[in-house]
Amino acid sequence: MGGVGSSGVLVGSAWCLCALPTKMAVGELGALERCLGLKEGKYSSKAQGGGQVPVLQINKGPSLAGLATIASYLAKEAKREELLGASIEEKAIVQQWLEYRITRIDRLSSKEDIRSILKDLNSYMEDKVYLAGNTITLADILIYYGLHPLMADLSIQEKETYINVSRWFSHIQHYSGIRQHLPSLIFIKTRIYSNLH
Amino acid sequence: MKLIVSEGNPHGIKVLAAAGLWAGGADIQRLQQEEKVVPFLAQPKLPALQLDNGNFLFIPNAICSYFFLSSGKEQSDLSNQWMEWEAAELQPASIAALYAHVVQGKKREEALQSIQKSLHHLDQSLAKTKSTYLLNGSLSVADVVVWASVYPLYTDLSSLPEDLTHFKNWFTNISQLEECQKAAESIVRGQGASAFKLYLQKSPAPLLPSEKTACNEEDDTAPQALSEEDIAAAAEAWSKGLADAPRPRKPQHPILPVDGDKNIMITSALPYVNNVPHLGNIIGSVLSADVFARYCRLRNWNTLYLCGTDEYGTATETKAMEEGLTPQQICDKYNAIHTAIYQWFNISFDYFGRTTTQQQTTIAQDIFNRLLQRDFLLTDTVEQLRCEKCERFLADRFVEGICPFCKYDEARGDQCDKCGKLINAVELKSPQCKVCKETPVIKSSKHLFLDLPKLEERLQKWLDKTLSAGDWTSNARYITRSWIRDGLKPRCITRDLKWGTPVPLDGFTDKVFYVWFDAPIGYISIVANYTNQWEKWWKNPQQVQLYNFMAKDNVPFHSVIFPACLLGAEDNYTVVNHLIATEYLNYEDGKFSKSRGVGVFGDMAQETGIPADIWRFYLLYVRPEGQDSAFSWSDLMLKNNSELLNNLGNFVNRAGMFVHKFFNGCVPEMELLSEDKRLVAQVAAELHQYNQLLEKVRIRDALRCILNISRHGNQYIQVNEPWKCIKGTKEEQKRAGTVTGVAVNMAALLSVMLQPYMPTVAGTIQEQLLVPHEANVLTDLFCCVLQSGHQIGAVSPLFQKLENDQIESLRKRFGGGQLNGDNPEIQVKAQSKVPAPSVDPITDSLEKVKRLQLDVEKQGNHVRDLKSKKAEKSVIDGEVQKLLTLKKELALAEGKSPDPPAQKSKKKK
Repeated sequence: MGGVGSSGVLVGSAWCLCALPTKMAVGELGALERCLGLKEGKYSSKAQGGGQVPVLQINKGPSLAGLATIASYLAKEAKREELLGASIEEKAIVQQWLEYRITRIDRLSSKEDIRSILKDLNSYMEDKVYLAGNTITLADILIYYGLHPLMADLSIQEKETYINVSRWFSHIQHYSGIRQHLPSLIFIKTRIYSNLH
Repeated sequence: MKLIVSEGNPHGIKVLAAAGLWAGGADIQRLQQEEKVVPFLAQPKLPALQLDNGNFLFIPNAICSYFFLSSGKEQSDLSNQWMEWEAAELQPASIAALYAHVVQGKKREEALQSIQKSLHHLDQSLAKTKSTYLLNGSLSVADVVVWASVYPLYTDLSSLPEDLTHFKNWFTNISQLEECQKAAESIVRGQGASAFKLYLQKSPAPLLPSEKTACNEEDDTAPQALSEEDIAAAAEAWSKGLADAPRPRKPQHPILPVDGDKNIMITSALPYVNNVPHLGNIIGSVLSADVFARYCRLRNWNTLYLCGTDEYGTATETKAMEEGLTPQQICDKYNAIHTAIYQWFNISFDYFGRTTTQQQTTIAQDIFNRLLQRDFLLTDTVEQLRCEKCERFLADRFVEGICPFCKYDEARGDQCDKCGKLINAVELKSPQCKVCKETPVIKSSKHLFLDLPKLEERLQKWLDKTLSAGDWTSNARYITRSWIRDGLKPRCITRDLKWGTPVPLDGFTDKVFYVWFDAPIGYISIVANYTNQWEKWWKNPQQVQLYNFMAKDNVPFHSVIFPACLLGAEDNYTVVNHLIATEYLNYEDGKFSKSRGVGVFGDMAQETGIPADIWRFYLLYVRPEGQDSAFSWSDLMLKNNSELLNNLGNFVNRAGMFVHKFFNGCVPEMELLSEDKRLVAQVAAELHQYNQLLEKVRIRDALRCILNISRHGNQYIQVNEPWKCIKGTKEEQKRAGTVTGVAVNMAALLSVMLQPYMPTVAGTIQEQLLVPHEANVLTDLFCCVLQSGHQIGAVSPLFQKLENDQIESLRKRFGGGQLNGDNPEIQVKAQSKVPAPSVDPITDSLEKVKRLQLDVEKQGNHVRDLKSKKAEKSVIDGEVQKLLTLKKELALAEGKSPDPPAQKSKKKK
C-alpha cells in the first residue's frame, strides 16, 4: 500500500534570486576565456560586498578581483580591445553596463526587481541592436550571462512583454562561442499575446 | 553634452568633481529634486549625462570615467578594480550608513560601523603603495570615485578616524583639491550630512548585501542546514509534548486591550456597499486580514478584527435611484449580501459593522470640530462639474473622461486607474456624466478643505517613526513616499450631496463629508458600535498595534490623509502602525469586470460547487504579494490536484490510515532515531520560518512552509515504507510504529498551521485525528501532541480531484462573453484560446503543449500505478525515463528551459 506517492511528479515553481555564487562567476569567466581563445586562468574567490567575488591570479603581477575587472583584463589579453568599446563614449557605456550587471542584475532581491530591470532594459533596447555602439561588446556578453537564469524562467508571455530584450538575447546567444555551456533558450517570433499593455 | 544633477543627491559629488577636474567646460544643469531624465529608465535616476549622440549615462562611475577618458587619460586594470570595489562594496555600505544616521536617527558612531571594514581595506592598501593616491603616481578617477563615496559621512574633516592615518591623509588631500571642494560644497551647502536627508527619505531603505533576506523560494525541498544543536533542541521540544505549552486563549466579547499583552487591532478596507465584491477584492483585503487575524489568535495575541460596509456617497444614491429604493434600503440590502458572502468564505470578523450609524455621525463630527478649532481647515470656492440634465453636481466617480496626466480615456473624476494619480474632476479632458453621458458644465460651490500642508511637519515626523518601526509592504512605502514627494495640497472634505454624514457648520449644513474623510472614521465608529469602551482601542496608541489591510489603490488615504486627520485632532488617537497593501489580482490575463460579466464574484463562488476552503487556498496561493498576479482556472485545478490532493491531503490521509490499519487507531510507541530527529528538526525549521513570515504578514510565502512540511512527510513515508516494515520482524514493526507516530503528529501540527488558511479543512483533520483543543496555540516548537496510546477517529480523504471538464465549463461560464456575447474585445480573447483549424505554427505549438501535458499526466499515473503494484525496479525505471523525456519535451514546447539553471536543481531522494 504505497498510496499515491508524490515523488518526482511535482514540479515546484521555484525561482532563485540570490547573489550570483562565485562558482557561477568563475564558470562564466571560463566561458569568456574559451570564447576569446585564451588559456584557462587560475581562479579563487574572496568575500566582497556581502558576496563572493572571483579573483584571478596573474603571472606577471598582482591578482585582480571582480567580475567586470577580470573580464576587461581578459579582453585586453586576447587583443580584442574593441570589445571594450571603440570610442570614449562607447567605453563609458560598456563600463556602465558592466557595473549595472554587478550592482543590479546580480543583486536582484524580488520578482518586482526582476520586472523593473527587464522593463528598463526593454525600453533601452527599443532602438538598439547592441548595448553599446554598433557591434558586440563585453557589455552584451556579461549582461547576457547575467540575464540567462532569469530569461530561462520567463513564460512565453513574459518574453513577449520584454520583446526587445528577447530579440537582443536571442541574437547574442546565436553569436558563435558566446553561449558555451548554457542551454539555448527558445523565443517565439510570432506574437501570441496581442493584448499586452 | 549635458550633466544633470539634483540637490542633496550624494552621487552628484563624484560626477561634479570629475567634471571639474577633467572636463572644464561641461554644461551642468541642477534640478531641485529627483526627476525622470533618462528616457529609458522607469524611475528617476540622477546624476545623468546626456552624450552628444543622444545616449545617456546614468551610472555615476561611468560618467566619471567618461570625463576622465575624454581628457586623454587611460584607465588601468587597477583603476577598474577600485571602481568595481567602490560600486559593489563601498557604496552600498556608505549609503546604508548615511541612511541609518540621517534618516533613522542612529548615532553616528553606530551608523559608521557598516563601513569600518572598507575603510580598513583602503587604509591598508594606501599603506602598501606608499603613494599619495590609490594608483601609483597621480590622481586618477578611482581616487575621486572612492573619495566621493565616503565624503557624505565625513563632511567634517575633523571627524576622520585618527587611527587610520593613511586613509585620513589621503582623504584630506583629495578633499582639499579645489575642484573636489567646489563639487562637494555645491551639494552639501554647509548643512553637513543632513543635506542628504530629503533625498534619502525618498529612496527605498538600503539593504546591506549581507543583511539581504534569504530567498524563501530558492528551493522548496532543499534540506536546511541544521546543526547538531538544532536537532537536539528539536528532539527535546518534541519529547516534552504539551506539558509546558501555553493554553489557547478564549476570547470573550467585547474583546478589549489587556495591560501587558500584545493587543492587535486589524482592519480590512471597508467594501463599498453598492457592489458585490469580486475575488480580487476578497483576497486584497478581507481574506488577507482574516488569515492574519486567525494567525494572531493562534499565537495567543489579544486580537480584534473588524470591518464593515462603507455606505455613504453618490454611488449609493444612484444605485437607489436605479433600483427604486431609498439609499438606506439599498444599504440594508447590500450589507446583507456582503455579510453572507464573507460568512461563506469563513471570514472571522469579531465584528462586521457599517458606516451609516449614529456613532459615525458623532465621531466624524467630533474629529471635524477638533480640526476646525485647531485651525486645520480652510474654506474655498471650488469649481465643480454639474450635470444640468441630472440636476446635480457630479462628484468623484460620476464623471469620466481623459486623464490629464497619462491620457487614459477611462479616468474617473477623482483618480486615474491607469497612472494612479489623483485628479481634480474639472481637470479631466472631455468629461462625461456617467449616468446620462451629457457633457457637464462647471459651476462653483463653497467647500471645506483639510489643510494638509499645515499638517505636513507632524505627519512627516510620524511617518519617519512609523515607517522604520512598522511592517509596511514596499508598495505602501513607495506610494506614500511618492505622495509626500509630489507635495501635499489642501484636500476637499465636503461634497454637495445628501446621503452622507452632515457637516455641522453654519453655511455648510446642506453638505456632507466627502467619503474619504468619512469612510476611514468608519473603522472607529464600527468599534464604537461593537463596544462602548471603544476608546480603549482607538485612543490607546501606547498599547495597541493597528494593522490596516487593503489593495494598493487605497494606500494614500490610509497612510497620509486619515493619519493627518487623526494627528490634527490631537486626541491621542491610535494611528496605523502596519500597512499591508496588495497588488492587483487579474482574471485570466484580464481585469474583473462586473459590467462585462468577466470574472468570479463573491456570490458566484459558492455556485461553482468548489468548497470555500479551496477558494481560500488558491486565492492565498496566488495572493498578489509584491506583484500583480492572476486567477486562472487551469492553475486552480492544477494547484488543487497537485498541492492539495497529492501533497497535503495524501500525506494527512496516509498518516491517519496507517494508524488505523496497522495499530487499530491507536498512536503507536515511538522511539526516535537520528534520522527521525533530523526530520523533526526540519519540520521545526519550517514552522519557525512560517512564524517569521506571518509575523511580517507575508501570507503567500508562509503557505509554502505548510506545503513543504507535508512534502517532507510524504518523502519520509516513502523512504521508510511502514507498510512493509509492519510485516517484518519485531524491530521492523517497531520502526513502522515510530514512522507512523511521527507522521501523524506532523499531520496534527499541519492542522494547526493550516487554520489561518483553510479553517474548515483544519477542523476536519482535528476531528479525524481527535487533536486535543490545547494544541491550538502556535509557538516555534514542534511537539508530540498525539502521544502513544492516543485514539484517533475515522479517517477519510480531505480533498476531491477537480476534473478538466468541470473546470472548462466553469471557465466558459465565468470567462465573459456569455452575458455580452457581442462584446468584440472578449471575443478576440476567447478566440486566442481556441486553436484555429489552420496549421498556424503558434496554435500548433499550443496544441502540442496540451497534448504533451496529457501525455505527461498519463505517464505519471502509469508510473504510480506500477509503483503501487510493486512492479520490478527495472520496469519502473524505464517508465520513469519515458516520463522524464516527455517532461523535457513539454518544457521545450512551453518555451521554458528544459535544463533548470544550476542553482535550482532539486535533490530528490
